[in-house]
Amino acid sequence: MPNLKDLKNRIESVKSTRKITKAMQMVAAAKLRRAQEAAEQSRPYAERFNAVMAGLSSAASGSDSAPKLLSGTGSDQVHLLVVMTSERGLCGGFNTNIAKLARTHAAKLRDEGKTVKVLTVGKKGRDQLKRDLGDKFVGHVDMSEVKRMSYADAQGVAKDVLGRFDAGEFDVATIFFARFQNVVTQIPTAQQIIPFAVPEGYEASETLYDYEPDEEAILADLLPRAVATSIFSALLENGASEQGARMSAMDNATRNAGDMIDQLTIQYNRSRQAVITNELIEIISGAEAL
Amino acid sequence: MQFDLVSPERSLASMEATSVQIPGADGDMTVMADHAPTITTLRPGVLKVDASGTVHEFVVTGGFAEIGTQGISVLAERAVSRSDITQTDMDAMFDEAQDSYSRAKDTFKNDSGPIDDAAKLLADMVAVGAEIGLSTKQPSL
Repeated sequence: MPNLKDLKNRIESVKSTRKITKAMQMVAAAKLRRAQEAAEQSRPYAERFNAVMAGLSSAASGSDSAPKLLSGTGSDQVHLLVVMTSERGLCGGFNTNIAKLARTHAAKLRDEGKTVKVLTVGKKGRDQLKRDLGDKFVGHVDMSEVKRMSYADAQGVAKDVLGRFDAGEFDVATIFFARFQNVVTQIPTAQQIIPFAVPEGYEASETLYDYEPDEEAILADLLPRAVATSIFSALLENGASEQGARMSAMDNATRNAGDMIDQLTIQYNRSRQAVITNELIEIISGAEAL
Repeated sequence: MQFDLVSPERSLASMEATSVQIPGADGDMTVMADHAPTITTLRPGVLKVDASGTVHEFVVTGGFAEIGTQGISVLAERAVSRSDITQTDMDAMFDEAQDSYSRAKDTFKNDSGPIDDAAKLLADMVAVGAEIGLSTKQPSL
């Protein structure tokens, strides 16, 4: 049986752990609200953009001169997986779930005889994928300096991806991130960004538009922006998901620490009582012996 | 007519407007109510919105405008109100254009199309600077 001093120390240390997890939960809650606001505010742009793209791409996809970003390179041999995770840990299964989805996706592509390349955004996913896919890494984007996700950050990633596409390094690009549903549920999602696929829920509108300069020129201008827009939306979703996951993970940790303190306190009190009883028995038996 | 100006990060303006002058890629155009539905890309320039007498001006660097039956939405990657724009903003926009020009020159050595486009972007940027009275750096072509 551990002695009283040890138990007391243990309780103290679990108490300070609880304080830390509690504080982290509250910080995550505040950050989550900010992240959700940012995601909310970016929605009008993404919605209108996708609506226009839906109309344009359905009109142009049939023609032979459609840009490569829309129609593809004509092959799907080399796949680029853009895996977006967080820079910090202690957020439950958030990074693991994204990494797992990317890993199964990569394994499936490998079984089909395709070549896989991996671009990681965020340190945690890189660490997790290093063992299985380390030899497939082609690049890494560090987001640890980014305090507040801005469109420029997404453009940076998009430029990297588009540069590789122009250089003919891959045929199909897919982004991996976690879609935020609520604080307890974040859904790991894979979304193809090159060749451009209209996100679900958008259809070409009924209105007949005039195009200036012309459809093809507009499409050529908008397709690279579409990549950046998709990446930006994904990064924002990821940001909200990360904070949500951290919040619930820290909530659990706080609760577990509380339970542990209760248990340890009971054990401590029992031991203390046992010591007292022991001492009494000694005194009484000493007195009787006289 | 409803006018909306949105950037990827947030919605910048939403108001009732009588006419909107947009810097289209093929030239400026003014949109009033019941304009034919049009989608046009933007060049760097000044966007003028006339909201019942008050004129709001925004500097945009590119993007596109969708003129629908309900109104006009301008989707700009970067837009700053003309009164708020600073030399730092201007420099950042200019550097971006200069950067994309240098990149185009490296990537498309034998194809003059994209290089010319980037050069035009750069020239437009200088023109914007002149229009709003902020100096830009000398473009290196």
